[in-house]
Amino acid sequence: MKHSRFSLTLAAVLLAATVAIQPMSAANADTTLLNVSYDPTRELYKDFNAAFAAKWKADTGETVTIQASHGGSGAQARSVIDGLDADVVTLALESDVNAIVKAKKINPDWIKKFPHNSAPYTSTIVFLVRKGNPKGIKDWGDLVKEGVEVITPNPKTSGGARWNYLAAWAWANAQYGGDEAKIKEYIGNLFQHVPVLDSGARGSTNTFAQRELGDVLLAWENEAYLASAEFGDDKFDIVVPPSSILAQPSVAVVDANVDAKGTRKVAEAYLGYLYSKEGQTIAAKHFYRPSEPELVPPELIKKLPELKLVTIDDPIFGGWAKAQPYHFGDGGTFDQIYKPKQ
Amino acid sequence: MTLGFTLAYLALIVLIPLTGLVLRSASLGFPGFWHVATDPRTVNALRISFGTSLIAAVINVIFGVIVAWVLVRYRFPGRRIVDAIVDLPFALPTAVAGIALTALYSRNGWIGRWLDLIGIKVAFTPIGITIALIFIGLPFVVRTVQPVMEEIRKEVEEAAATLGANRFQTITRVLLPGLQPAILTGFALAFARAVGEYGSVIFIAGNLPYVSEIAPLLIVIRLEEFDYAGATAIATIMLLISFFMLFVINLIQAWSRRRYGYGA
Repeated sequence: MKHSRFSLTLAAVLLAATVAIQPMSAANADTTLLNVSYDPTRELYKDFNAAFAAKWKADTGETVTIQASHGGSGAQARSVIDGLDADVVTLALESDVNAIVKAKKINPDWIKKFPHNSAPYTSTIVFLVRKGNPKGIKDWGDLVKEGVEVITPNPKTSGGARWNYLAAWAWANAQYGGDEAKIKEYIGNLFQHVPVLDSGARGSTNTFAQRELGDVLLAWENEAYLASAEFGDDKFDIVVPPSSILAQPSVAVVDANVDAKGTRKVAEAYLGYLYSKEGQTIAAKHFYRPSEPELVPPELIKKLPELKLVTIDDPIFGGWAKAQPYHFGDGGTFDQIYKPKQ
Repeated sequence: MTLGFTLAYLALIVLIPLTGLVLRSASLGFPGFWHVATDPRTVNALRISFGTSLIAAVINVIFGVIVAWVLVRYRFPGRRIVDAIVDLPFALPTAVAGIALTALYSRNGWIGRWLDLIGIKVAFTPIGITIALIFIGLPFVVRTVQPVMEEIRKEVEEAAATLGANRFQTITRVLLPGLQPAILTGFALAFARAVGEYGSVIFIAGNLPYVSEIAPLLIVIRLEEFDYAGATAIATIMLLISFFMLFVINLIQAWSRRRYGYGA
């Protein structure tokens, strides 16, 4: 009976897992929406879901319960492909939604369903540095200076990290006049300055803020504000580089699931509400850049400074369908960085 | 009846998922599979995974046996609590263990800051991976060896002593041969568990390709690329290597059973 303790532990774990899964399937009696989202939107959707539920109750008298699931954007897309019953997805990358399209759960024309290419809010990539900016980091070129350590998650496993990577690429493209060999050299050099590749954006924030590793964290703008609010303004400064990338998180109704469950109407209203005055204001409060800034009180916008933003549809990237395999596919530009020198 | 039940249960829980795994990777065809298997990145990740697991399992065998011996043979206050603590790595979510170890061993951690002074980096290096694997593997060795040790009566040692054996001879000639099958089983369990470990390692590893990227992370990366076939191919390779190593361990056990006349 030498394994009895182990078997007992195993049984307990299995039991716990069963109990944990139960409420998700049992909660379908009322109208329930499942929003499958990515990591840093936890706080945003907590507020937004409460606002939408109240609004829906006032308009229709129906009670709607919204469940939100958060995780790495790619992993979340995979869960939906593999059968997670999501009504809507609000993911970090257009290419993650397109992966669900390939599984025939979302109609191919999803991007035209909502305004601004189905991106109700956008964000950008900024630098979070130690208080007083001791290494004097102001622009992308400063990241490869002698003795600077850069913290970013792994672009292979993190949606946010892909935006970091592309923002650096866009800067180098402008700097070296599109000379791809020089851009790759800069990017390779940049990743020589990265001591740890965490699997997700939150992991990197913790490495930087709590492990005190690195001089600069490449982060979502909203994540940078959240980190400095969480750990105290006196520990970090936010540096906004002169140029960065326009990160457009995508939202979509999961057509196959809402048609099966009969929740299309409420799911569409839910995403539509993101574009309302209330939805845009909530997004701005959580440091996302609203797509329709005129709906939002100006003092909320002022905190998010103007900078030159390159989009993914710019000719240097040619949209996600092209950029994803070219940079992050197997053997793409990111893999080439780590190829050992022969 | 019992045979049929056992086989049906094993098929349901183990064989069907594994068959699915192999079939999925078979969709690559042999050239595609070979390409994944010989890719330097895959080879490096496998070397890191199996290398750190092996070192961790060896360390666990040495110290696990000592821990088990102390728990069996000595009576001291708090022994039952210590005995219960050995099980903690079984029950603790591995992510919690990973985060705790990273906090301890990183440059500003309680232990890491002293090691940093003498120039040793633990967190975010393969040493960190090994430490996480030692943590999760320890109870496997202790819990397999402990019950067998309890069966060895003190009289056996005394008999050895009266026959003129010194302490060292008693350990190597009398005690260890009887424990060897259990130690091997513990080693195999700790090793197999370490090879597949993801949750705790991912926080302490640093995850740099070719340096501290473990094979399970490479599988996750492939999945993240929606490359299911590539992911299952790496998993199949890991499965084959693990199966081969466990097979060899079983052979050694069979051999030792013949030689010493008792088995696990």
